[in-house]
Amino acid sequence: MRFIGFFFDLLEPLFKFAQKWLGIERLGWFFVGPNLLVFGVFTFLPIVINVIYAVTGGVQLIPFDRPYTGAENFQILFECRNYFDIQSCRKDVFWRAIFNTAKFSVIQVALMVFFSLVTALVLNRKIIGRGFWRGVFFYPVLLSPVVVALVWKWLLQSQGVFNALLVGAGQTPIEWLTNSQWAFFWTIFVSIWAHMGFYTLILLAGLQAIPKDLYEAALMDKASPLRTLWRITLPLLMPNLIVVLVLAMIRAVQVFDEVFVLTGGGPGSATTFIVQFIYQTGFAEQIHLYGLAAAASLTLALGLIALTLVQLKLTRANDVGQKTR
Amino acid sequence: MTWVKKPAEAMSFIRFLTRTQNTRALGWTDYVSYSYLLVGLFTMFAPVLWLLASSFKTESAIGQFPPTLLPYSQKMVRIKSYDNPLPLYVITNDVGETKTMAQVSRIGIIANMVDPDRPEETMQVNINQRTPVTEITIAIENYSDIFKKFTFGKYLWNSVFITVIATLLTLLINSMAAFALSKYKFTGQKFVFFLIIATLMIPPTIILVPVFLVINSVGLLNSLWGVILPAVATPTGVFLLRQYMLTIPDELLEAARMDHASEWRIYWRIILPLSAPALAVLAIFSVMWRWNDFLLPLIVLSKSEFFTLQLALNSFQGELHTQWHYLLAMTVITLLPITLVFAFLQRFITTGIASAGIK
Amino acid sequence: MKHTAFHVSALPLALFVTMGLSTTVSNAHAGEVRVMCYQDGIECDVTAEIARKFESLNPATKIVIDTVPYKTIVEQLPVQLAAGQGPDIARVTDLGGLSKYYLDISSGLKDRKYWDSNFGATASWLAPTPGDKGVYGFMSQLTMTGPYVNKTLFEQAKVALPGSKATWDEWAAAANKVAKATQTKAAMAWDRSGHRFAGPAISNGAAIFDAQGELTIDAGYKNTVNKFVAWHKDGTMLKEVWAGSGGSTYADSIGEFINGNVVMVLSGSWQINRLQKDVGTKFDWSAVPNPCGASACSGIPGGAAWVALKTSKSPKETAAFLDFMATEANYSEFASRTSNIPAHAGLAKKGINYASAQPGAKAALGTFSAGVASLSPTAYKFQGYKYNRAIMLPTVARVTQALVGEISSDEALNKINADMHDAVKQAQK
Repeated sequence: MRFIGFFFDLLEPLFKFAQKWLGIERLGWFFVGPNLLVFGVFTFLPIVINVIYAVTGGVQLIPFDRPYTGAENFQILFECRNYFDIQSCRKDVFWRAIFNTAKFSVIQVALMVFFSLVTALVLNRKIIGRGFWRGVFFYPVLLSPVVVALVWKWLLQSQGVFNALLVGAGQTPIEWLTNSQWAFFWTIFVSIWAHMGFYTLILLAGLQAIPKDLYEAALMDKASPLRTLWRITLPLLMPNLIVVLVLAMIRAVQVFDEVFVLTGGGPGSATTFIVQFIYQTGFAEQIHLYGLAAAASLTLALGLIALTLVQLKLTRANDVGQKTR
Repeated sequence: MTWVKKPAEAMSFIRFLTRTQNTRALGWTDYVSYSYLLVGLFTMFAPVLWLLASSFKTESAIGQFPPTLLPYSQKMVRIKSYDNPLPLYVITNDVGETKTMAQVSRIGIIANMVDPDRPEETMQVNINQRTPVTEITIAIENYSDIFKKFTFGKYLWNSVFITVIATLLTLLINSMAAFALSKYKFTGQKFVFFLIIATLMIPPTIILVPVFLVINSVGLLNSLWGVILPAVATPTGVFLLRQYMLTIPDELLEAARMDHASEWRIYWRIILPLSAPALAVLAIFSVMWRWNDFLLPLIVLSKSEFFTLQLALNSFQGELHTQWHYLLAMTVITLLPITLVFAFLQRFITTGIASAGIK
Repeated sequence: MKHTAFHVSALPLALFVTMGLSTTVSNAHAGEVRVMCYQDGIECDVTAEIARKFESLNPATKIVIDTVPYKTIVEQLPVQLAAGQGPDIARVTDLGGLSKYYLDISSGLKDRKYWDSNFGATASWLAPTPGDKGVYGFMSQLTMTGPYVNKTLFEQAKVALPGSKATWDEWAAAANKVAKATQTKAAMAWDRSGHRFAGPAISNGAAIFDAQGELTIDAGYKNTVNKFVAWHKDGTMLKEVWAGSGGSTYADSIGEFINGNVVMVLSGSWQINRLQKDVGTKFDWSAVPNPCGASACSGIPGGAAWVALKTSKSPKETAAFLDFMATEANYSEFASRTSNIPAHAGLAKKGINYASAQPGAKAALGTFSAGVASLSPTAYKFQGYKYNRAIMLPTVARVTQALVGEISSDEALNKINADMHDAVKQAQK
């Protein structure tokens, strides 16, 4: 600590001098500078390179060695003989992936928010060992996605524990991961299992911020618990719910690690999502189609931005609603 | 210091709730709550406990179906006049009687078995009439082999170095950026904030190859810094800290400026200490992210002396065969530090997010 | 903004200084040879011991073996090499695809004739351009695809093993009978791999290449796909192996075989060690010759090769170490301890003493080695073709879609064709 103090004391005179010269407001740029620099070099620059990839063809890695092809990659992605039949598209797996991702996101986010809310409500009550229970639900968030997927893949394999229990109970084993519907279900379940704790805590924080006099008043009016929930708790929790909704949606659309290790995108393409398509096109094949992968990723990014802007508009509408109440 | 009041409020709120819960009309909510918690406990913990139990099984025991909870392997017995230990089986004959015998050899569907007490007589038994005698064998070698096989200490050091340094840097530059975005007004501020949040939209997998190119041209390939630097400007961190810093009253800063304190002093002496809970949260997340980082180290580090634990974990997957027993044991080992960090700092997480999440 | 520049330029400077302090030297210097190796068994461990021997004979040179996951070799190494970075030697499987990065070491070899006579047959697989006479490395092993059968199940069902010239249909029928009699889950399973699939396809008459030497999906290939899908529909094939994944991810069938869920699997010679260890005395297994199709009874040769790379900073030492590894004594030790079939002509003739192998394993190695003679020339060409993954990967992905009923077999074949041509066209840009 003393060392840090020493280091800091050294800087102070420099700072005071700079401040006099620049004025306080310009110092804002100094503070945000390092973050911007790292971001610029390691995130923004790669995005620019990605755009270069998207408008070039060939299989060369170095962007400048690639021939310019204009919008050809986008053309390949969007080429379909019949726009109502995915199978007739040139890159049918791309469209399947988009459709799967949309389906996954809607269902997963709805269930995730629901279960996070229920868990937060339960955890908000007076229960013994609340810290312990909080830890129980938050714990999976700390595991790496690969570990999460490996563990569940282990349990769900045809020779795994789940089927052992079924066989023990006299039932026939179920193809958990090789049946398209079940595989899809498990991708949703596993991703909720792994991330629910995070959102639960955000909602729990929101619940703890609700002033108690409102509940006192409700009790005076002899309100039932469900009515209290609907009229008081949920409306006041809305800002946190919106945060959870936006974050969960962004994460859901970007799902990859868990699912890829769990099902590999199978069976067939039942659980192939958009990021996996991009990864496979650009990385896993022998012939790396960097251009196509970049075009798909730009499409994804634009879609996500649009989606988030829509959600944020909802937020602002809600904030306005709050203020006028 | 508005957040200080919250625990006190929460406590009285809880006490308040319990009072209402004593009326019979609300009894069912208690049952539902506790059963929900127990189901949650099972769902959350059972898979990881299974992982732990399985990591002590031998490779062949892992592949068995139906899988057993405890690690079993077949009992062996030494019988004089036979050089090698022989596996033990329980034989059931047609009448239903059982006997324990050791197997000398097996050809096709007929096994040659001997009674351990009378090793001179061999009996021919159909293989369908025998069941193996098993005992609990804890395959510690899954773990000890790993330490022998790898320069485990080196990988551990690399992981720890990356995690600690990256976390310190993350805390520093994210808090500086959050300070600027919450307490200053300068042109382009909104745009900068939007840019930082927009990076949330880009899954890291997608820009993997361009990131590699950039790291390569900066000369940070095969260097631990090549894994540390790209990861320190986290948008989530800036967002989280900014939310928190917005609740710090501006009057404090004004007062300090009146006393001719430099902005740096304000940052170090006022903002940072007041943001401690949010910083703790970010620290925990950063530790978690860097410890579990896989893709970025995979493309940046190809020289084994720079490998992290997660990379070493994956080297058990060859082209054609995955050595599950080592993989599981390794997974458990990499899980331990993060578990300890979590158990120790669990309190910070919950109070931290609590305060940062409130708008 | 210029003020930001002043303040933040200090940061990278400080970082680069500390970089030197906290990390060990990451630049290769002359006299050091870095070897990037992956292993299925103990290949890299054995190589490390050979390296120690080399170092004791050549004290000025240091050999560092980096054991990496196979994923790194397949996905990261090509990217690194394209960016001008990489090790001196690597153990690779995409022989044609990476050939443009190989380093010609013929000037550093002690006895060129030894190399030509022993490794000449497979040298073309490493050649960047057809007819190239340079020496770029050598095959660390020769692998052969081929089936394994559970002999014990056949005995229990009292079904005789089909002969060495039996067809795939005959094997399927026999295995089905066995599976029914012994209540085994399924009769057959093939590794989820286009490389494995190509064996029966070529045996069935698939030519893979058309008159111009381009990839083509012909009647033989189509028939194999249709038959494969039909076998899944009627329960002959175990669904889990191919349907358990998506895209073109690899999955092997040996796990199911070891657990007694299938009677017969199509895999390869690299599994011998694993079978020996994991099956133990549970049941009797053996390798059988590749079943016949309409025109051949072929498997696909393969294997990983040690290659010298252009990114090497110590080409002389690289050549010397590869030369050392390729000597008969060292190659023989490697093959024997890792239970691999040698790609060394002299040793293949002499035979390897697999000292650590049990009788079952030794017999299997014998079957596979004998199978080399019945390899179809198409199989060799296929293995050596630069863009063979352009047909292998779509086959896996699309056939799986057909198996699970997402698309029809015909549609799958059309798509394989389309994907294949797309990939090759981009590669030639």
